Amino acid sequence: MDWGYIFAVMVTSAFGLQAIVFGLAAIGINVQFGYTGLLNFGQAAFMAVGGYAVAVTVVELGLSFWWGVLFGLIGAVLLALLLGVPTLRLRADYLAIVTIAAAEIIRLILRSVAFKEIFGGSDGKQAFADGFFELSFLSADADLRIGPAVVNDRQLFTYIVGWSLVALACLVVWLLVRSPWGRVVKGIREDEDAVRSLGKNVFVYKMQALVLGGIFGALAGFVTAVGAQNVNPDSFKTDATFFAYAILILGGAARVFGPVLGTVIFWALFQGTDVFLREGIDAGLPIISLMDGTQAAVLRVMLVGLGLMLLMIYRPQGILGDRRELALDAR
Amino acid sequence: MPDSASTSAMPKHEEAVRFLADVPREPGVPKPDPILVADGVHRNFGGLTAVDVKHVEIQRGSITALVGPNGAGKTTFFNLLTGFDTPDSGSWLFNGKDIAGVPSYRVARMGMVRTFQLTKALSKMTVIDNMRLGGTNQVGERMLQAILGLWRGQEKTITAKADELLSRFKLFEKREDFAGSLSGGQRKLLEMARALMTDPTMVMLDEPMAGVNPALTQSLLEHIKGLREDGMTVLFVEHDMDVVRDISDWVIVMAQGQVIAEGPPDEVMRNEAVISAYLGGHHDKALTDTGVSFTQESSDS
Ligand SMILES: Nc1ncnc2c1ncn2[C@@H]1O[C@H](COP(=O)(O)OP(=O)(O)OP(=O)(O)O)[C@@H](O)[C@H]1O
Ligand SMILES: [Mg+2]
Repeated sequence: MDWGYIFAVMVTSAFGLQAIVFGLAAIGINVQFGYTGLLNFGQAAFMAVGGYAVAVTVVELGLSFWWGVLFGLIGAVLLALLLGVPTLRLRADYLAIVTIAAAEIIRLILRSVAFKEIFGGSDGKQAFADGFFELSFLSADADLRIGPAVVNDRQLFTYIVGWSLVALACLVVWLLVRSPWGRVVKGIREDEDAVRSLGKNVFVYKMQALVLGGIFGALAGFVTAVGAQNVNPDSFKTDATFFAYAILILGGAARVFGPVLGTVIFWALFQGTDVFLREGIDAGLPIISLMDGTQAAVLRVMLVGLGLMLLMIYRPQGILGDRRELALDAR
Repeated sequence: MPDSASTSAMPKHEEAVRFLADVPREPGVPKPDPILVADGVHRNFGGLTAVDVKHVEIQRGSITALVGPNGAGKTTFFNLLTGFDTPDSGSWLFNGKDIAGVPSYRVARMGMVRTFQLTKALSKMTVIDNMRLGGTNQVGERMLQAILGLWRGQEKTITAKADELLSRFKLFEKREDFAGSLSGGQRKLLEMARALMTDPTMVMLDEPMAGVNPALTQSLLEHIKGLREDGMTVLFVEHDMDVVRDISDWVIVMAQGQVIAEGPPDEVMRNEAVISAYLGGHHDKALTDTGVSFTQESSDS
């Protein structure tokens, strides 16, 4: 058992690409679901719009990376409007159904044979991230070593930019939720008729929350695209949305740093259990070594599920959440 | 918000009574200076006609009570007038403007603000934040201004106004508590105070006294009378006839969706049609003489 290696994997996962991507996605869901009470189950679609906008703009249109970013942001806004206009006047569950369906439709279009020329089918798209790395101020040998794990300069640059985006997103959310705007959306989350009766246009606020959360989703899409230097329809499955929800609930919904803490802990544990189980099999640990690698991979997902269940039972408000707020629900 | 008709030094109550003195006591009667005029408002739920109001007018600057047995359609009528529900047909003018079909938030902005029978205090917010939410034209409620923090000055003004109302409604000590930790009666008070944050011209209160303890009822009644003195028009639903008699200038009685009687409180309570609507049969005495108040229990008897 190489404990040093397990620890290094946990640290690099806690602050690595996945943590950033899902942190941003979860910040978006926090705006929508945590503060405003909107059930967006299609965050993966917003991520896909961001990622594919960059890839297609660079590879197919031959424009610069930054045009791709602009198109991705516009695309996220349009998608939010498209989903929100018909559903936000209806009961909350309609948005959930429409977003989950729309996300699947978008993913299936992206991987379809008919659009293979543009979107690359199930292979996705590659070789579009150079424009991003040209900005890097790191020299090519600026590798970061954490024990046995090595983070190369491109990864390091992506992480720096990614965590800066996370910080920026947190700042925007923090400024918003402590303002009168935040008061209105929190009111909507609890009882939109009460807010309407005070003369607030509830529809507009819900739309703003949906758009802002979608933009954070698109940022997650940009980061995953440049970090992996690849976009692929299967990284935008509904699972991605639910990972982001799990992260949000773990960290604490309606808390500015809930998604950040959630993503760090989630990825440390998720990848940590993986290496622990594989190391355990190699080292012939009792019980664990009865499994093979594939079984271990399944077991860790089961452990995550168990962990979330225990969390919901013993700390339903998440790590940063406020128990008193939850208790007020029961009255 | 004083209106043109109230420049005299006479207290608003006497003024309203004088205005209404010559108004015939019959359902749907026109008023000298109506702030609200509703025509042919009809609402069906499945087969059931919940509201079928041919014509009704509310006198500006008065306190008008809307009474009627359970299920008479009072709340539904409120919902329709304030844009929270859509009628099958009907039109109504508020301050001379046709507001049928206007969304609820716009109705509120135009100055017609309502409270709910089932109180809608926002329980996960503090009392003071509930109040601040009622403030109108807040720059900080716009996204960009919110991010830029351009709302702090206005927030102070709003908070000062909220604190003043909270003291008036005896809620100042609860300022920092979650509204969810308030008692039922305190929530009613909070909801009413919050509605006043919008500077309404007309307040529609759906059972404001329900669940408020008798000691507090008195001061709440004084508040409502105070609204009239400030030039507001009050329309309120109430089951307690003592309360109705105490504060209202005019009473409108609904039963089975229709307006069945109108008049000053004492006269209406002696009205045959009203008594039979409440008691579901013939009754030879005025309800006031029997000593029973029109509570929900009495309509079951
Ligand atoms: N959403 C609804 N769906 C179906 N029927 C309804 C609905 N709302 C009200 N009703 C019916 O309409 C009628 C009028 O109800 P409403 O709530 O307006 O009565 P109310 O006069 O306010 O009574 P109360 O004094 O008990 O509050 C009742 O018969 C009620 O059952
Ligand atoms: Mg009612």
